[in-house]
Amino acid sequence: MARFVVRRLLSMVLVLFAISILTFLIFQAIPNGDPAVRMAGRLATPEQIAQIRQSWGFDDPIWQQYLTTMGKIFSGDVVSYTQQLNVLDQIKQALPATLSLSIGAGIIWLFFGVLFGLISAIKAGRFTDRALTVLALVGVSTPVFLLGAVALYFLAFKLTIFPNGGYVPLTDDPVDWLYHLILPWCVLSVLFIGVYSRVLRSNVLDTMSEDYVRTARAKGISERRVMVRHVLRNSMIPIISLWSLDFAAVIGGGAILTESVFNLQGVGQYAADSIQQLDVPPVLVVVMLGAFAVVILSALTDVIFAFLDPRIRLTG
Amino acid sequence: MTPAMSDAERLLDVDDLRVSFRTEEGVVHAVDGVSFHVDRGEVLAIVGESGSGKTVTGMSLMGLNRSPNATFRGRATLKGRELLSASDAELRRVRGGEIAMIFQDPMTALNPVQRIGDQIVEQIRAHEPLSKAQALDRSVELMERVGVPRAAERLRSYPHEFSGGMRQRVMIAMALSCSPELLIADEPTTALDVTIQAQILRELDQLRRETQAGVILVTHDLGVVAEIADRIAVMYGGRIVEQGTLDELFYDPQHPYTWGLLGSITRVDRDRPGRLPAIAGLPPSLLAPPSGCHFRPRCPHEFDKCVQRPELEVRDPAQPDHCDRCWLAVEDKRRLRVVDGEIGLAAKQGKVVA
Repeated sequence: MARFVVRRLLSMVLVLFAISILTFLIFQAIPNGDPAVRMAGRLATPEQIAQIRQSWGFDDPIWQQYLTTMGKIFSGDVVSYTQQLNVLDQIKQALPATLSLSIGAGIIWLFFGVLFGLISAIKAGRFTDRALTVLALVGVSTPVFLLGAVALYFLAFKLTIFPNGGYVPLTDDPVDWLYHLILPWCVLSVLFIGVYSRVLRSNVLDTMSEDYVRTARAKGISERRVMVRHVLRNSMIPIISLWSLDFAAVIGGGAILTESVFNLQGVGQYAADSIQQLDVPPVLVVVMLGAFAVVILSALTDVIFAFLDPRIRLTG
Repeated sequence: MTPAMSDAERLLDVDDLRVSFRTEEGVVHAVDGVSFHVDRGEVLAIVGESGSGKTVTGMSLMGLNRSPNATFRGRATLKGRELLSASDAELRRVRGGEIAMIFQDPMTALNPVQRIGDQIVEQIRAHEPLSKAQALDRSVELMERVGVPRAAERLRSYPHEFSGGMRQRVMIAMALSCSPELLIADEPTTALDVTIQAQILRELDQLRRETQAGVILVTHDLGVVAEIADRIAVMYGGRIVEQGTLDELFYDPQHPYTWGLLGSITRVDRDRPGRLPAIAGLPPSLLAPPSGCHFRPRCPHEFDKCVQRPELEVRDPAQPDHCDRCWLAVEDKRRLRVVDGEIGLAAKQGKVVA
């Protein structure tokens, strides 16, 4: 176990290092990416630009710029180029919206993905299965920005059943919080429900043909018990790992489109806005946060795996 | 077969069992009119190669191969109770309660993510109103009875922590947990080492003596059969082609397919042949089986009458329990089956079309 933790921590450091370098270099390569020019504004003189460049250290060699930025990130006083606000404070502000979105949607898509996948597998080849298959394919292939826009147009603008985007903190008004999140949850979940139900369907069908399921039937237990105790439990193991990675990505700002369409002011939207302005520090922090979430959750998943499947040992 | 046999001893009666499956290529007639019976404390071996319908026969008795694409005809009665038309609820009582099954591959037949104890307890509690602790106590007894050392401790283990032989013992313990009257063992030793095979067979033999359960032993291995079977049914192409006692089948086999099977086993008491004789050709397609005798395309002794379907009948009045599906006269069979001084199947002249 100790060995597992150490190895996971080491690999986490490596992943974060690699991700940060990659992100940093990408912004160096983007044309018109000179931050000094953007910060100086439209009517700036070359002298002003040069002064900004010097005071922000944009003249330094790239490796030194990288080190300076990373130093600021880890000491907590990293500032965005455009608004010159503390990036970590901004993310802290955006995090509740993103967490609300991802936790709620994560539960919804796991539940319905498993439910539809199971129904599909039990009714394999029949009408219900085919209908669910078509729905899943539609769900997977509909882009979130389109689905979100259509949902907003009809349900919020035309029928005014739902609010027109925005986020209300849970602590301010729990009912309003829920009311504002229902549409984003559903829109974000649709894609995942489609994927999960397809994956679970094929897992369940594979598991149903396993010898031990035949053994279970030969014991004389109820079909329901066979499905839940023997088929579903074994079919869920791959779903758990899929879920934790997707969930980590959404927490780490991966729901950029959903957050932007519904104006949730979450981490993803913050990242989207910063990318538009080629603002390196916020993007760097958000990307690293996402990578951190993925690494942590995948380690947690391995621990859960070892509980679910006794054949798996934690070796890191 | 013997009318004198009292009903109390008769456990299972299968009469003209027919099982077919609809597939994309057509209807597969997996079992094509099979009749046999099993008495208390008796071991009936069903012998045949892959695809002969022997496993389907066993599974059909427990309804394990029921599906919208499967059709079952004929009758199968356990102590007078019909099995083929039983409802799902009735079947559930039969499965694991009155009929238990041991499967071929113990490596895959146990749920990998459940403790052994939980898997045995699950079966016991499906049939008897016991608490978990009581069921666990019974599991310990069962595991000790089938020869698992440190049984109480081992119940907490998972299947992957057991060897193949130990897992098959667990399967047997599980099968015996509700004192079934009929035990269907589907190739119980095929996946095991030879030394373990002998142990498991001895275990099974002893258990049926103690419990007086009837046993259907499904196998392709005549060596296993010789070890514990009382009677043998040889299956080929979905039909029983010969049925009789162990001695009748081994020393006076009547069907050419049985000769072929007997001729192709290695015997430690004879000189080793350079190459084991095999039966030329392939088993018949169950989608479109040959007319008449199913073995006809591979049989060197085929003659004009073989295009008619032979029934499973007693051919020698001196052996009233011994019947077969072959048109040859009994005296011709006894002559034709001798190949180089041993029982075997002669080579077929010309090309084998199968």
